[in-house]
Amino acid sequence: MQLLVKKRNKMETTKKYFLIDMGVMIGRSMRHVFRSMDTIITVTIMPIAMMLLFVYVLGGAIKTGTDNYVNYVLPGILLIAVANSVGYVSYRLFLDVQQGIFERFNSMPIARSVALWGHVLTSLVSNVISIAVIILVALLMGFRSPAGVLQWLAVAGILALFTLALTWIAAIAGLSAKTIDGAAAIAYPIHFLPLISSAFVPTQSMPGPVRAFAEHQPVTSIVETIRALLFSQPVGNQIWIALSWCIGIMFVAYTLAMRVYKKRG
Amino acid sequence: MQNNSIQVKGLQKSYKQLHVLKGVDFEVEKGSIFALLGSNGTGKTTIVKILSTLLKQDSGNVSVNGFDVLLKPQSVRQSISLTGQFAAIDEVLTGRENITMIARLRHLSNPRQVADHLLKRINLTDAADRRASTYSGGMRRRLDIAMSLVGNPPIIFLDEPTTGLDPEARKEFWKIIKALSGGGTTVFLTTQYLEEAEQLADKIAILHEGSIIVSGSFAELKKLFPATQVEFIEKQPTLEEIFLAIVGKKEK
Repeated sequence: MQLLVKKRNKMETTKKYFLIDMGVMIGRSMRHVFRSMDTIITVTIMPIAMMLLFVYVLGGAIKTGTDNYVNYVLPGILLIAVANSVGYVSYRLFLDVQQGIFERFNSMPIARSVALWGHVLTSLVSNVISIAVIILVALLMGFRSPAGVLQWLAVAGILALFTLALTWIAAIAGLSAKTIDGAAAIAYPIHFLPLISSAFVPTQSMPGPVRAFAEHQPVTSIVETIRALLFSQPVGNQIWIALSWCIGIMFVAYTLAMRVYKKRG
Repeated sequence: MQNNSIQVKGLQKSYKQLHVLKGVDFEVEKGSIFALLGSNGTGKTTIVKILSTLLKQDSGNVSVNGFDVLLKPQSVRQSISLTGQFAAIDEVLTGRENITMIARLRHLSNPRQVADHLLKRINLTDAADRRASTYSGGMRRRLDIAMSLVGNPPIIFLDEPTTGLDPEARKEFWKIIKALSGGGTTVFLTTQYLEEAEQLADKIAILHEGSIIVSGSFAELKKLFPATQVEFIEKQPTLEEIFLAIVGKKEK
């Protein structure tokens, strides 16, 4: 009984400070993001440059059935921004493990999961910022949406789930990689997913096998859902497929990442 | 019993087939400097990791500051700080931000003052607002130690703290450690440098093939050797002495 009470006290001391500690961790890795020109270029400038390229160079040759190509291309650009960002999560996690910072944190009286969650939530926060900037630029380029508050909230929710799913995949790589190259390698297949989807061109124009892949991979259903929400069209089944992909990937990746993390700690 | 900061009895640990620690026993007195000596791969780091709750032992009793490491890891973490083999600093942050971060995580009420004070103590005030990635090896180590001093934990662990430091930085580091111990902190350090143990430690233990083969003060260990023969030879300066003499002069 006494032991139980004591256990509870112990839990409470780390719990009491959990949010403060998390704040410190997020503050730390947000500084990493803002002090890295490389991160800012890859996560915000590159997607904007791609949007300019697609709209003003390639857009005229792509037949999407809409007169405003910015409208068509924006959901894909947003997903590219997210996909570009998660490579940095594995890179930074790898360095934390390698440089002994995690060892320092783990020998301190703070909850063990705080250090890992700090990186994951930073990924979420920094993506919110870069997505906001990209949408602003898109508005300047003529992007217009009839979507209401609820639809925008749904878009935000799906983007957040997509970010978390990819972030946890990146976390597995960062925690288990033996070399820095290994940690960064996870980024490449993730970069390609939005390109082989309906993000930039309708899948009908693709040859058979590519089309089959494009139509059945997660990004296409997510892009289609966001597009439908932004243009107040019926989302149909796509939204459920998109949600299942995001939640499924997130759950599996989270479980695996936590397992690796506990083994490390 | 409370005179001992650290008590280890019958400590065993294996990695798969490899039986690294085969029954290690030792005690560390409160406020003393304890040096664990041993060649590479003998398990010094394993002992440090077990004492600092990063690793669980297979068997044996280990208590740190009166708390069992398995039953009360959180209380142990409250009482210690760890400086590992590689400087565990955040290179993107400045020296000041590094210390402030640890002070916040230790929930101190005045992280800024703590940082100012520690920066002065380790002589890093001038470089405080530069990113740690621009620091030299000695500066990194000093910052690393300063981060471990945040909140004045009663016990600090230093795993090969002076590996890779130049002779001057090493001497400066020794000064910090002696001052710490003078202030009542218990210092547990591992080292491969025999001179370091000789200079610093109140008690030295030698880890060999999985257990402590001898322990005692330097004076006690010396008695284990046959009586010294007195010979007269001209004293040659060591390279270290020459180096320090020249560099010292230049700075004046």
